Amino acid sequence: MGFVKGLKCRECGRGYRIDPIYVCEFCFGPLEVIYDYEGIKRVITKEKIESRPRNLWRYKELLPVEGESTSALDTGFTPLVRADNLAKILGVKELYLKDDTVAHPTLSFKDRVVAVALARAKEFGFDTVACASTGNLAHSVSAHGARAGFKRFIFIPASLEKSKIIASLVYEPNLIAVNGNYDEVNRLCSEIANKYNWAFVNINIRPFYAEGSKTQGFEIIEQLGWCVPDAVVVPCASGSLMTKIWKSFKEMKEVGLIDEVNTKVYAAQATGCSPIVTAIKQGIDVIKPVRPQTIAKSLAIGNPADGYYATKVISESGGYGEDVSDEEIIEAMKLLAKTEGIFAETAGGVTLASAIKLIKDGRINKEDKIVLCITGNGLKTQEALTGHTIEPYYIEPNLDSFEEALKRINY
Amino acid sequence: MAVKVKIPVPLQRLTQGKEEIEGEAGTVMSLINSLDQKYPGIAERISEGGRIRRFVNVYVNEEDIRFLKNEETPVKDGDVVSIVPAIAGGCLHYYIRGRS
Repeated sequence: MGFVKGLKCRECGRGYRIDPIYVCEFCFGPLEVIYDYEGIKRVITKEKIESRPRNLWRYKELLPVEGESTSALDTGFTPLVRADNLAKILGVKELYLKDDTVAHPTLSFKDRVVAVALARAKEFGFDTVACASTGNLAHSVSAHGARAGFKRFIFIPASLEKSKIIASLVYEPNLIAVNGNYDEVNRLCSEIANKYNWAFVNINIRPFYAEGSKTQGFEIIEQLGWCVPDAVVVPCASGSLMTKIWKSFKEMKEVGLIDEVNTKVYAAQATGCSPIVTAIKQGIDVIKPVRPQTIAKSLAIGNPADGYYATKVISESGGYGEDVSDEEIIEAMKLLAKTEGIFAETAGGVTLASAIKLIKDGRINKEDKIVLCITGNGLKTQEALTGHTIEPYYIEPNLDSFEEALKRINY
Repeated sequence: MAVKVKIPVPLQRLTQGKEEIEGEAGTVMSLINSLDQKYPGIAERISEGGRIRRFVNVYVNEEDIRFLKNEETPVKDGDVVSIVPAIAGGCLHYYIRGRS
């Protein structure tokens, strides 16, 4: 049995019953899931959570599903890596990486939100799931949907890179390649969602889908030994992940699993698409849409849906935001790989590069316990590094040639 | 000639099903208040306390008023004003209802 009370408009507070809806009928604000925290507080304990399987359903009381989750939707509980090599270079005391590059099964944090969205879609009785995406979300809906037995419709811009298309096609969804850009795909999907009774994970299932992001925050707290970090740096696209991580920290306090939340939350964006960080730096909460121009494609949302709430998280927590150039993103991706052995997608480079600036500027204290959220795997977007890596040493198949190379290596 | 105002589907109940209505020249805010005389209730759906609601986008001749003068953006006869719920990243021009 679940502890979900209903849906509530984040703007005007009007309440709605649990349904696949996501916009307030009165003021058009986004709907959010609300819980019976008192009830949860009575039943949840650290020991109970720790005794459960190591996946995101160990926090089921704080997720918007009613029954037992299906085992088909197993994901979460990725490593929290203590990054001492990187910490030394950055001159900080205690640095951790929340490593969703190894999320099961499609190597990005989208596996979290999709698992929750599809579990809820099953409870609503949908037999078909759908999404509009350019990458990670398409892979995750394709894969999770296959295992959970849904019919799947994935809408992409037809111009998408071949490697990304194959990473969806292998799961054999109905892949619809639309002759148009991402905005046009999205617009088409909203029309389709209006006409067909499907679960569009990031449209009519969005209030439930977005709650899946909280599990990254729950895990950070549990893996730190049931305490919050002093600083957490989160990459921002729509701004949803950051608002949900903040919500997860506050919920852990609300249900009595931790005593205090004194974390400062920091937003990371690419300079070529930084509407949220721009607002943060100007100290305003009005998000001016931009036309994205960055290699960090998974973060390239020019008009972020949760941008306003993201700025509120920053002001409420006392954090800040930073934006970084494409060159800084690439350098940070390489630094992360060569110090900690983690190959993150460009978004990971955005997070690390932003953290470096924030530390350098004294926005993040060097004595702080710092967590960087690394949200996706670099193997999917290798083209971002083309021409930016070192070169192999080419040799002939004999020892002389090898030893010649060794001299060049200065071994 | 007046200002043309395009109404999104969820507000058409207040405009007797009309997709396009007419309003008085002035500013965006005065225009919206003028609509309320003929279509009672519509102003409070679009604005609150003299400000456009956060999740409603208003365009004057296809330009987002956030890039103009917000509520004080002037509108004159012949201009086209579009009112668009800013759902799902602001790029969706259709409002999705859940199953009833």
